[in-house]
Parts: sequence; structure tokens; C-alpha cells
Amino acid sequence: MSIDLSQFIPSFLEESFEGLELMESSLLNLEQGDDETINSIFRAAHSIKGGAGTFGFDNVTEFTHLVETLLDEMRDGRREIVQGDVEILLESVDCMRLLIESIQNDTDCDDEKIAITSSLLTQTLDGSVSTPVLDDATDNYSSTVKQNNTSITWVIEFIPEHHLVQTGNDPLFLFNALAELGSVEIEANSAELPSLNDMDPEELYLRWKITLVADTTEDDIKEIFEWVEDECELTISQELAGQSSEPESVKSEPELSVTEQNISAQQTEPSPAVSEEIKPAPSEEAVPAKPNKPVSPVASKPVKSKTDVGSIRVGVDKVDNLINLMGELVITQSMLSELGNDFDLSKVERLNTGLEQLLQNTKELQESVMRIRMLPISFAFNRFPRLIHDLSKKTGKQIELVLKGEQTELDKTVMEQIGDPLVHLVRNAVDHGIEPTETRIANGKPEQGVITLDAYHQGGSIVIEINDDGGGINRNAVFEKAVEKGVVEANSSLTDSQVFDLIFEPGFSTAKELSDISGRGVGMDVVKKNIQALGGRIQVESVEGQGSSFKVNLPLTLAILDGQLVRVGTEIYIIPLITIVESLQTQKNLINRVSGDMVLYRLREDNVPVLPIYQLFNLASDTTQVEDSLLVVVEADGQKVGLMVDDLLAQQQVVIKSLNDNYQQVEGISGATILGDGSVAMILDIPGIINIAQNSSRSNQYASANPEEVLP
Amino acid sequence: MTKILVVDDSNSIRDMVSFTLKSSGYETVEAKDGQEGLNKAKASSFDLVISDVNMPIMDGITLCQELRKLPSFKFTPILMLTTESSGDMKQRGKAAGATGWLVKPFNPEKLIATIKRVV
Repeated sequence: MSIDLSQFIPSFLEESFEGLELMESSLLNLEQGDDETINSIFRAAHSIKGGAGTFGFDNVTEFTHLVETLLDEMRDGRREIVQGDVEILLESVDCMRLLIESIQNDTDCDDEKIAITSSLLTQTLDGSVSTPVLDDATDNYSSTVKQNNTSITWVIEFIPEHHLVQTGNDPLFLFNALAELGSVEIEANSAELPSLNDMDPEELYLRWKITLVADTTEDDIKEIFEWVEDECELTISQELAGQSSEPESVKSEPELSVTEQNISAQQTEPSPAVSEEIKPAPSEEAVPAKPNKPVSPVASKPVKSKTDVGSIRVGVDKVDNLINLMGELVITQSMLSELGNDFDLSKVERLNTGLEQLLQNTKELQESVMRIRMLPISFAFNRFPRLIHDLSKKTGKQIELVLKGEQTELDKTVMEQIGDPLVHLVRNAVDHGIEPTETRIANGKPEQGVITLDAYHQGGSIVIEINDDGGGINRNAVFEKAVEKGVVEANSSLTDSQVFDLIFEPGFSTAKELSDISGRGVGMDVVKKNIQALGGRIQVESVEGQGSSFKVNLPLTLAILDGQLVRVGTEIYIIPLITIVESLQTQKNLINRVSGDMVLYRLREDNVPVLPIYQLFNLASDTTQVEDSLLVVVEADGQKVGLMVDDLLAQQQVVIKSLNDNYQQVEGISGATILGDGSVAMILDIPGIINIAQNSSRSNQYASANPEEVLP
Repeated sequence: MTKILVVDDSNSIRDMVSFTLKSSGYETVEAKDGQEGLNKAKASSFDLVISDVNMPIMDGITLCQELRKLPSFKFTPILMLTTESSGDMKQRGKAAGATGWLVKPFNPEKLIATIKRVV
């Protein structure tokens, strides 16, 4: 019988990661921890070790064993919980994560880090209670490796206590197990059996004498009685001519050949390969198959889950809800098809009701399916307590982290991709936001800085705020730096928010000294790019001396988009709603024509470049005149542009179909969708379009100024 | 059909034990902690209980004590599934009324061979 458990590896890995997260967050709270906290940490380590052992991930098992031993000592009070040990444990969690990730990705991991941490753990454990690296379980297995290859007659006296059966043990099963070792003869002794009147049916009054002829050791027999050894009197002795009490010591040559014959007589199929010559070492062939042979882990070469496409664990309520809605949909469908069987105009009203119901069902079903991909944002937030812990140690700043709205749900893919930008923003808040303790005290602020992470839903998007109560952004420093870098003109007048937006420019950093935490001059622009790649946007507000606030707006999902349908000529395009600032009817007096084809539209205090879509995609439109068109003002990369369109149509949710999968990447287009009438419409990639416009205007300028220059 | 209650807070371990048992023709019912195990035990009858020791809400030792108080579980074999193979843990299990123990990391063949000692 062979049972392949490798199908459970992905779920083991997933569970291990959850366990590690729990360990990490609990370790961080251990300072004011209680027994339950340390217990839950222990439990998590314990489960990982158990699973890893089953799959034969020996490096994980060995490492986790050290962690578990240390935790065990803390748990039962043999070891005081000191900060140094907690740090080592946090390091260990990192190592375990590395080890498990290397299993998941089938790659090698940083053995050096693991070796260092492992020796740290060993050092910590030394000097206290010493523990073997492998636990008894493994010892048991190794002890079942037979040294002895002779059949021995064992005499076992088994006198159980009367209440033995009340622990669920049944002597019959013990005897069956013995019978699997060899041939048994069982004699029951009923001397103690009371008269029927005195007999308690729940008690056991018999005792037994078992004669076992088997090639086995005393340990094997003891193992069978392992569970009852405290509830019985057990004597095991050997019956063999000239025997000594130690079973292992009976292996003298003459006896060996005698017992060899015994085995042959016993076995139904004596192996012809066992000839006289190889007798001294015939153990492998001669040992009859036994249920408790040396145990090898499930798969010595674990099947790596290379094809693992990731999985989501979904609450049963979500699935139930889905099935419920599915049921409703089926009802609506059958109602509609019945209506269609013999339809006449008198039934129009019922048709309308049916269609309305269908709309409702579809909408609910869509939401429900989306919810399956949604996870609480705590999955992204839970790494921050550790990060703050490490950073505050590194910088010497005292920082309190406040997490809010952790239950706010977000699409799994968005969650995975927003992690790094958030880490950067938090690092930034620690490094540039929160002032050193002395400065804070000097400014009459509490010693401890506060960083708040908040998540909430707003309309069809999720907002994540990263607030700090630090020094805020120094407007002048940012402006001067921008002038120095040539990003803005020294005499330009900018609003506060325009100045703050400058920190998202590539290569921009105002930190006086570079630290290894953040601020190498790359970063904020990358953060912004990543957020935009997710269809989101980032805004910053800051009050000097009081702190800064970064606001990240993200779509709830990447599969569906809230779009504004616009018409240019005969084509319909979709503009992501999140990018739209406003849509307006142009007024002639606000249109400014500058050099060449460039048209600027005055939008309050801004001059917004006008981008004619018909030109971009080479279409025949209703009009080529800005004054006859509608402008949709969109914003990306801090740049506003007015898209010139012929007509605004409906706003609706559209399902995004990838162009890459179905065709190829097209500049200025982020995807396509299928409209209600079955036609295909393109979704505009706003940052992409702005790029195209900027490049073409730049190249026009270059072309006119330096005709020889190659385009950038 | 032999019906076995499997109690473990680790989904993967529980799934694996259950899968192994089902592959060998046993019927299984799963519970993710001692309390759930106890509730399921009260609602039905089982031929064997396999339980983890260290679990949230109600640990395996308490579960074992509680089960032994139920008339229908007085003689039912209860095996503790644990990596803690130290004598201490075994004694605590036995004291609570457990029939025996299974040590993790378990091997499916070994698991089946071992439970044949009690059912």
C-alpha cells in the first residue's frame, strides 16, 4: 500500500506561511505577552515541524526543532523571556520563511544566514537544558532497524490491570500485532475470574502467557505494549538453548545457521538466493515483511510544486452565498425560458420583470465572485509591526504603529503588488517623517512618534492612508532641490500640493544624508509608478511640524474597471473613471494656441494641454476643432491633459480583457472589453497616452531645433 | 464501516490524516479543535478518535478527559497524535484516558498499521 501525500504540499506551505506570520506578530507582542501568546507561537512552530517531517523537508524539520526547543523552554518557565532571545526567534522566523520559500520555488536559499541563526539558537540552548537534535520519534524508527536476524522464542507474561479496557485498549489487538511479528501461541489464565455475580462487565480479569517465535527484538515487543505498559505487569523473556538475557548477544555463528533453517521452514517462499555462502549477512532477505519496518518519510525526494499557481482560502460563507445566488440565477433563467416558449405582447411586463431580476442576479453574482478574490488588508498590514520594530531599533527613534481598517477587503493581486510600495512609504515615514527623539522633545512633542496605517472603502476604490506625526515636508527644501535638479524654474509659483508632488519626481531626495533605510534617491517615483500600474494614484498632504499624510487610491479589483465610455468618430473608447478629473464643454475664450499644433486649455489656474484622440489613433472624427468638442480632463503622473472627444456616453463597469493575451501590447491602450452590443472597445492607458503626447511634442521641438539629433 | 474522528488544528495535517484513513477504507469526520471535536463526538458515535494535543480553544488532553465522561466513549480507543514524544506528554495523555499515541511526523503506512492495533 502506498499513499501519496504530495498533493498536500501546497496546503502545507500556505499554512506554514500563515503560521510564520502568526509567530512573527505574536513575538512582537511578547513583551507584554502571556502564556497563551507563547503557546500559540509554539503551536505554530510545532505544526510546521510536524508537516515538514511528514514530507521529508529535513532542513525545515531540523531548524524548526531548535526553535521549538527554545520556545518549549520559554513556555514551561525553564527560561525567562528576554529581548535577546526574542530577536533570535524573529531571525529564526525569517530563516524558516526562507527555507519554506525555497521549497515553494524549488530554489536554493541563503544557507549562510540559516547556518548563523542555527548556531545562535544552539548557543542559546546550550548552557540550559540540553536536548537531542532529533526527538524520540526518530529514535523509535531507528530502533526498529533490525540487527538481529534469528528467530527467537519469546515468552511474554501479560497481566493487565482490571480497568485496561476502559482506556480503549483491547488485548485482542495487541495479540494480533504480536502475531504479525511471528507465530504466536496464546494461553489465557482465568484463575482470577470471579463468579458471575461478582463480575463487573467493564473490567478485565484474564491474564495471558504468550509464546512468540519470531525474528524480533525485545524493543519491538515492548513497542506493541507501549500504550499499556503502565496498566499491566509485563515480563518478556527468551527461551533459547544457552541464551543470555540480551537478545543482541545471541548472534554466534552456530546458532545463526540453526535459526536460518528455522526461518526457511517458517517462510512459505524461502529465497533461493540465500545460499550457504552469504549466510553471515542474510538479514535483508531473511527478515519477513513487517508493518512497522523502518520508516522513511512520505517522499524522500519531495515532489516540488512547480506548477503551483497559488491558491486562495475562501470562507465557506462566501461560497455558500455564491451557490445561493447561482440558485436564484437558475430560477430567473427558467422563468425567462418559459416566457420565451410562447411569447406574446401581453407578457412584456413579465419579461421586463424577468430581465430586471436577471440584472440584479448578475450584479450580485459578480460582486460575490469578486469577494472570493478579496482578502482583508491585514494580510498586507501584518508585516508592519515587525518592520517598525526593526526600524525603530535601527534608528533609535521610538515609534508606535497604529493599524486601522484591517478588515477592509482588497483583491488578492492588488494586495500582493501594493505590499512593496507600502513598505517604502512606511520606511520613508520612519526615516524622513518622524524626527529624532531629541528634536521631538525640543519641539514639545511626545517622545514617541506615531505612524498610522488606515484603510477604507471610498466609492469603487480602496484608500490606504499612511500618516505620521513627524516633521512634515519642508516646502522650501523640496522647492530648492527641485530648482537645483532642474525640475522646475526658480521663479515659478507653485501651490503647496504641487511642491509636495515634486517628491515623486525621479531622482528626487531631500534627505541630507543617505541612510540604509530609505532615501537613496530612488523610491518615491517607483512607488508612484507601481501604484499607477495598478490603476491607482497617490497624493500627499503635509503640514510642517505636524506630519505628513500619503493617500493611496486603488481600484478594488484588476478584473473589472469603472469606465467612462466616450465616442470619437465611430469608435468607442473607455477612460478609467479613476483617472478623470472632470469633463467639460470647451469655451472658446479659454483656448490658447501655442507653438505649432499645441493647444492649451485654461482650467482655472492650470493650463491643460489638449490631446486630440482622433489624431492619436488616426480616426475620422466629427470635428477637428477644439471649440466644438468635449474635453475629458484626466490626470496621471501628476500631469493633467484634456482628451478631446466627440461625445460622452454611459459610465459603466467593464470587464478587462488583456490585449497581451489575445493580441499584443499596443501603446496607449491598456486592454479591451466587450460592450453590451457585442462590439469590442479599447480601454485607454492614460499614463501611456500622456507619455506618447510628451514624446511627440518633445521630438517635434527637437526636430525643429536640431534637425540632426537622433530622437531620444 | 469504521468511523474515525480526526481532530487537529492544522488543516494540512488533518487533511493528510483524513486522506490516509479514507484511502484505507475508513470513514472520517474532521474537527479543527477540541471543542469542535467534542461537539461532533456528542452528535454521533465513533470507533476511534485521533486527536492532536496542542490546539487552541480546547487541547487534546481536555478533549480526552471530556470524551471519557461520555458513556458512549468509555471504551472507544483515543489516540493522541503528537510530535511531543516525551514521556511526560505520553503520561499526561494516558492519565487523561487516552488509549495510546501516534508520533508525528507520521508515515501513512505506519499510521494505518498502528491504528489496526485498536480497531
